[in-house]
Amino acid sequence: MTYYNEMYEGSRVREPYARLSQWVETMPADFRQMKQAEAEALFRRIGITFAVYGEGGDPDRLIPFDMMPRVFEQAEWRKLERGIKQRARALNAFLRDVYGRAEIVRAGRIPARLVYQNEAYEKAVVGVVPPRGVYSHIIGIDLVRTAKDQFFVLEDNCRTPSGVSYMLENREIMMRMFPGLFRGNRIEPVDQYPDLLRRTLESVAPAKCHDRPTCVILTPGHFNSAYYEHSFLANLMGVELVEGADLFVDGEFVYMRTTQGPKRVDVIYRRIDDPFLDPLCFRPDSMLGVPGLMDVYRSGGVSICSAPGAGVADDKAIYTFVPEMVRFYLGEEPLLQNVQTWALWKDDDYRYVMENLPDLVVKEVHGSGGYGMLVGPKSTREEIETFRAKIEANPGNYIAQPTLALSTCPTFVEEGLAPRHVDLRPYCLCGDRIELVPGGLTRVALREGSLVVNSSQGGGVKDTWVLSE
Amino acid sequence: MLSRTAANLFWMGRHLERADTAARLLDVGQRITLLPNTASGYQNEWNSLLQASGTANLFAEKYGEISQENIEEFIFFDRQNPSSVMSCIEKAREAGRIVRTALTSQVWDALNVAYQDLRRIGRMPRDKLDTGSLTDFTTSHTSTVRGAINATQLRNDGWHFMNLGYGLERADATARLLDVKYYVLLPRIEFVGSGLDTYQWQVILRALSAHRAYHWAYGGDITAGRVADFLILNGESPRSLITSLYEAVWNLEGLAKRYGETVPTNARDKAQEVLGRLQAHDIDMIFDEGLHEFLTWFIGEIGTISTLVHEDYLLGGS
Repeated sequence: MTYYNEMYEGSRVREPYARLSQWVETMPADFRQMKQAEAEALFRRIGITFAVYGEGGDPDRLIPFDMMPRVFEQAEWRKLERGIKQRARALNAFLRDVYGRAEIVRAGRIPARLVYQNEAYEKAVVGVVPPRGVYSHIIGIDLVRTAKDQFFVLEDNCRTPSGVSYMLENREIMMRMFPGLFRGNRIEPVDQYPDLLRRTLESVAPAKCHDRPTCVILTPGHFNSAYYEHSFLANLMGVELVEGADLFVDGEFVYMRTTQGPKRVDVIYRRIDDPFLDPLCFRPDSMLGVPGLMDVYRSGGVSICSAPGAGVADDKAIYTFVPEMVRFYLGEEPLLQNVQTWALWKDDDYRYVMENLPDLVVKEVHGSGGYGMLVGPKSTREEIETFRAKIEANPGNYIAQPTLALSTCPTFVEEGLAPRHVDLRPYCLCGDRIELVPGGLTRVALREGSLVVNSSQGGGVKDTWVLSE
Repeated sequence: MLSRTAANLFWMGRHLERADTAARLLDVGQRITLLPNTASGYQNEWNSLLQASGTANLFAEKYGEISQENIEEFIFFDRQNPSSVMSCIEKAREAGRIVRTALTSQVWDALNVAYQDLRRIGRMPRDKLDTGSLTDFTTSHTSTVRGAINATQLRNDGWHFMNLGYGLERADATARLLDVKYYVLLPRIEFVGSGLDTYQWQVILRALSAHRAYHWAYGGDITAGRVADFLILNGESPRSLITSLYEAVWNLEGLAKRYGETVPTNARDKAQEVLGRLQAHDIDMIFDEGLHEFLTWFIGEIGTISTLVHEDYLLGGS
């Protein structure tokens, strides 16, 4: 299999990487190790760490940071941007529809079963239309590239996509360490993201809010692996970071406990999952949520971002229908392509997948984080057979995709620069407007040949540049 | 400000000061054991230290035998001892991590570096460490954090809560360190006024980094009355009971002014009352009343003020 190398075409350096190539070539021998150590020290001092669930070990592990940036030209980015915004509009239209008249199901374009029997479908919010009809306010769309002009969407994240703090910190650290690089290249800034996010949240305040809206970020707490990100965003946005116990419901509103008594909250950017939001409505054993929150939400006393139930749009089974949504709601042709996907609950697909397991990638429908997946070409016979047994036990739980020839980006390894596979997650904001900062999170599979970029599976991150005209 | 944020800032201040106290306690003990002629050896001295910090039972249960190594392990490194330097720095850093948004990056940096360094020391073989350097390590890191707070934090309500924590904890700590003297001397009252007595007072001054300050303030010989005056009633002495309590009152008044009349002020009222009573004392009255009895009263009052702070501000008005 040949892979698209984003920096080199044969031995020729592609235009956007010209200056970076010079930078690398003129780099003194021990400079890189020195800078790498400096970057790590910076990350550790700032406190950017992540914990991997179930692995134990150091709770303050660093996510590996690669100093070699990934670069997009303006024209490339414009195309991506249009595709991402289009997809975000379609996803929100879909959510509005399935919690309303469900025209798309009536029209027979999506099977009713996939919507109504979906675990993420919340019957509790049927008929509730959130402000501006927006359900998912931050959409992370995972993209991979296979050729110069060929991008595929791997999955959509409509609930609470994480990682945006890395996008911001990677840039911050690169600018601090290599100011010269930024003077020489015209790189579009990304640090307006927190302001855009705050404006987005304020723009979806409930109608009952008459003053400037009070927004908060709701975190599961400081033991959560993404806590750093929650506090980082709260800080940059200038909003309170609350836990469930800091909030309470009184009458038709939600309040936070402050040193000056109760203060009303209008918009909650929640970083906890639906089942934990309100023990009176969902899981009664949840200690993370706020009793009575859903009643206030349903009567328009508070906005919740993303709206409860938004997860039904980013399910791996629903994913296959997103291009259909674009056509159905927007009357446009999708600008971004889906990866061909086989659903193992369909007999034909099942047969095909089982016959071709060594060539395919198989994922759990509800899985995430790179857990519970099989990368056929990278697996041993034994691993494949073990996985086959799991599929046979519960075919409805799996989808399969061809193994994509993920593009590579030069990455610093022990011996110098070497190509490693990358993906891209941009963060699209949906409120009164749809916004996208020029950049995103590039994840890189640091192990040679590996196609799994998740940080829990040995992945690292890179700064992502969009060059201006 | 969120009540939980305020609580974390308050306890961050308290735990940093408590870490400092633990290190100073270790220093006092270490210096007292260097004394040549104590009747029953150094074991008594260490025991009185543990009594004063309220951890004697915990120590006896876990270690039994009193030895320099055990004590050092217990007061400095032991996570099961809630007042150890390790426990306190960890708790302060955890509180800081929870309220990252309320701290400047300089303060977080100082706090995080203290924690990372402490973890590094915790992994070193113990025979490579000596008591003096452990104390210096702690006081230098806690001072750095304090300095960063002073230099960079906004003078808002969060600032008041942090400093309130510092003030109350310091008042409590100085009272307890003074009380060590009571425990050390009580069995051997014949030492009062002897060279040994003077040396022990000196040790306490040194532990509070107040040895030279004392000489500047009073000159002449070290006497029990003057040292006690310096550490209890002298408004220039930075760790005296009156200065520490005054700082707590100042911060409580700041909060009351900022928050206006809708928020209760029981903590401020109580603190003002205790400060008034302290100001009405002179050192002879305290010795007549009994130093230990006076300190017990004072420590109790600090506890009450702390409880009232929680009721007024940290429960969120519900």
